[in-house]
Amino acid sequence: MGVAKYIKDEKGAIKEVTYQSGITVKPAYGPEDLEQAGFEYKKDLGAPGEFPFTRSLHPESYRSRAWTTRQYTGFGTPEETNKRFKLMIANGQTGLNVAFDLPTQMGYDSDHPLAQGEVGRVGMAIDSLKDFEAAFAGIPLDRIGSGLTINAVATIMMAMYQAAAEKFGFKKEQISTTPQNDILKEMIGRGAWIFPVEHGVRLVGDSIEYAVKELPKSNPVSICGYHIRESGATPAQEIAYGFSIAKAYIDNVKDRGIDPSDFVGRFSFNFNVYGNLWEQIAKFRAARKLWAKMLKEDYGVTDKKKLWLRGLFGGGGSGLTKEQPENNIMRGAYYALGAALSGAQTTALCSFDEAYTIPTPRSALLSLRTLEMLMEEVGLRDTVDPLAGSYFIETLTLQMEEKIVEEMKEVEKWGGMVKSISNGFIQRKVSRQAYEYEKGLQSGEYRKVGVIPESERQESAKSGGTEKSDVELHEYNEEWAKHSISSLKEVRRTRNDKEVKDSLKALEKAAKGKDNIMPRLVRCCHAYATVGEMTGVFRDVFGEWTEPDFY
Amino acid sequence: MMKTTNKIRVLIAKPGLDGHDKGAKIVALALRDAGMEVIYSGLHQTLDQIIETAIQETVDVIGLSIMSGAHLPICEKLVAMMKENGLDDVRLSVGGVIPYQDIPKLEKMGVAAIFPGGSSFKEIVAGMNQLFD
Amino acid sequence: MPNADDIRSGNKLAGARLIQLIEKSDPNGFKLLKELYPDSGNAFIIGITGSPGVGKSTLIDGLIEAFRKMDFKVAVICVDPTSPFSGGAILGDRIRMQRHVTDKGVFIRSMASRGHKGGLSRTTKDCSVVLDAMGYDIIIIESVGAGQAEFDIIKIAHSIGVVSIPGAGDGIQAVKAGILETANIFIVNKSDRPDADATVESLKMMLNMRFSSQTEWLPRIYKTNALDKTGITIVAKAFLSHLKFMRQNDEWTRKRNELERLYFQSLLEDLVMEKVLEFMAVSKEVEAAIKSIGSHETDPISAAEQIADKILGF
Repeated sequence: MGVAKYIKDEKGAIKEVTYQSGITVKPAYGPEDLEQAGFEYKKDLGAPGEFPFTRSLHPESYRSRAWTTRQYTGFGTPEETNKRFKLMIANGQTGLNVAFDLPTQMGYDSDHPLAQGEVGRVGMAIDSLKDFEAAFAGIPLDRIGSGLTINAVATIMMAMYQAAAEKFGFKKEQISTTPQNDILKEMIGRGAWIFPVEHGVRLVGDSIEYAVKELPKSNPVSICGYHIRESGATPAQEIAYGFSIAKAYIDNVKDRGIDPSDFVGRFSFNFNVYGNLWEQIAKFRAARKLWAKMLKEDYGVTDKKKLWLRGLFGGGGSGLTKEQPENNIMRGAYYALGAALSGAQTTALCSFDEAYTIPTPRSALLSLRTLEMLMEEVGLRDTVDPLAGSYFIETLTLQMEEKIVEEMKEVEKWGGMVKSISNGFIQRKVSRQAYEYEKGLQSGEYRKVGVIPESERQESAKSGGTEKSDVELHEYNEEWAKHSISSLKEVRRTRNDKEVKDSLKALEKAAKGKDNIMPRLVRCCHAYATVGEMTGVFRDVFGEWTEPDFY
Repeated sequence: MMKTTNKIRVLIAKPGLDGHDKGAKIVALALRDAGMEVIYSGLHQTLDQIIETAIQETVDVIGLSIMSGAHLPICEKLVAMMKENGLDDVRLSVGGVIPYQDIPKLEKMGVAAIFPGGSSFKEIVAGMNQLFD
Repeated sequence: MPNADDIRSGNKLAGARLIQLIEKSDPNGFKLLKELYPDSGNAFIIGITGSPGVGKSTLIDGLIEAFRKMDFKVAVICVDPTSPFSGGAILGDRIRMQRHVTDKGVFIRSMASRGHKGGLSRTTKDCSVVLDAMGYDIIIIESVGAGQAEFDIIKIAHSIGVVSIPGAGDGIQAVKAGILETANIFIVNKSDRPDADATVESLKMMLNMRFSSQTEWLPRIYKTNALDKTGITIVAKAFLSHLKFMRQNDEWTRKRNELERLYFQSLLEDLVMEKVLEFMAVSKEVEAAIKSIGSHETDPISAAEQIADKILGF
């Protein structure tokens, strides 16, 4: 996805260009286009660092500081992960980004039948506080912040992080944790959900409320347009649905009597960069502007810093191809260029082999160099938002803004994000689009370099006659499961059963009522209740979500 | 009685904890557009649930979508369970993140059709139809 | 070939295999169906109808839970529309009920309409006979929410539930289309919406205009929110009340006889139609008639009358 639709005549001249978001592009733009679009400098653009921040959050952007990059880590046992953490910190990394295995993400202990074959595979296996103590042993949690890629059980992981820090002698006010904690996007595009929609949102609300009061250095939510786009949403929808999701969380916390100004400043976003270059740039510029406007107009936030659309704009894997994988090196460079021209503060780039394997050190290095080159060599730090004032880009940005607003209005018409997801509207729309786009790619309606459409291939062997690399998988290590399970057994044997029982009971009571579950979770963690036990309480009280019809 | 044209009934199932269902959903749509009747099981299915669904729906093919790399242990188990439950005439197919080198291993287990990532709709439909030629 | 005794004892594989044979028009299937027919006639068949998107599947998921809690064995047949372009179908209703899949007392079967008009598939009734013979106490049939031409369900179910949602004009449309006269229970789902009460009032007004006698069941209206399961147990109990009412008033026997007669009628129609189509495909007379029509020696009306009279002996 992401490539525009081109209609060409017999001579190969382009007659029509339509972006995925639905915008048609003219052969040339001039001042009349800006006029027609209603462009007004102060309202639509403003100076860098000034409301509505279309150009940039900061007046100097990359001039004062190059973008930061993030490396994802975590697999196998907590002990191994701890070693890796220490290595990265020694190499100058100032923040950790933690991955968890699927059983942990889904709230199952390592010895649960559904955990078989998955313990430690895609991330670290966490069953109890003991594992967190092993993972973060010797890490200065007052100086190093941790991003936790966890959603359905984010509340549990946050509580456990606090409990671990407290065990090491840190105060909760000192620590910085950034759980991804965006359950609504899971339901649209990543699948790691457990509870029904309203309960999932309640948990997010509890964690935000708790962070406001007790974890001042933590960022409770990172809203992921990224996965929504990977599932088939257009770039405009990526922003629209991301913002609608943000609204659902903000409204939940606002309804508790907390002023949005107290927490929106700590929201961050995770957005996707791939496909058509200009569409991406216009998307991010429009997004910055809309976010600031939305917070100001709908929620009365006035503090400049709290109106910022902070986030990671990262190179999307969907853009890459298995065919002719070296082409992905260039694609990566172009996506990174898009991110830089969009003013991304934080970025990440998929490695060229990411379509079929976990990146090798060499390919990971190539990605890093790609990002470095833009900042250090090719001139992307020279000036802020260099494309500002372009007839094309400013017109496109306004049109993108319109599209995003249109998509958000549709969600409102369906009753808001919670209803839209419960009823399956978003999921159906997005999977239909994914299907249509894939058909288009296979028929040649959309073109990607190196990919030969089905209709043009000669009937040949499985590889389709084009150079396609094979998938490489990491070997699954049975030792991880053995280690986790024996550690789990030890925990169950040595902990205070009464305290576990009492703390889980208190958790259940809070879950059934309206009290914030976070302090109860912290108590459960300290008692060495397991992830499975704590999630089990939620499963009993909230039930499990049943997906809506997908078609 | 009134003759009806026979349709191929396919169960598209996502076993285990992995939640990436975009591929499963678009393949389901492609099979429907090729004239098949597709039952979609949803995410997080245990093998018991998949077997039970296959029994009640008398599907012709169980189509697993596995993106987590766990296709070998899952298929091995499922083939055994299919035999235990009398599903001898049901074919098993699997699609997703599958290295080419695992294809012979899967075939040996009894998997009838394998669609590694990147298989086109045309290839998948042809592969499914071929199971009944 | 499935075994009749296995089916009678509730063996799911055997029962499903028989349904498969019937769907494939296999003569062995009908042979077995005939053999099992005497074992049917005990199940309470509930039809659930309503426009697409009103939440029928979610409601049925809740009904399964409610009936199971009362210890009834429940079977469900979900019918989804076949694509007129490709002949294929997505049979996606079961996803909403999938949590019951390993419950021994539940059987869920998905069917495609396969071009059959009327909201169900041609073999839905046959399938219900099999499930009945297997021993299911309650059989719920979810019909395609075509809205306008929903009459099949009337020929098959003892008790009909119509699901609508507030605000959607077509909720009331379905009521206008003929279901009004026959539905027994009206369910207004997604009742958290603001206009739910208004919808209930509209329905009440329409139902008051319906003729009813002393011995007739007065249709009931319920509000549900299938997503959080509000109101579903009451609906389940309402269906059971209807069943009790029918039994007490001899309505049950009358209804059963009526459904059997309709089944016979529809089978006869199908059989005859099949024979006619077979005949038309190979008959020399028909071929000659078509030629005459083409050369304007005769008109289609006369030609049809002639063939019908002469060949079919009417």
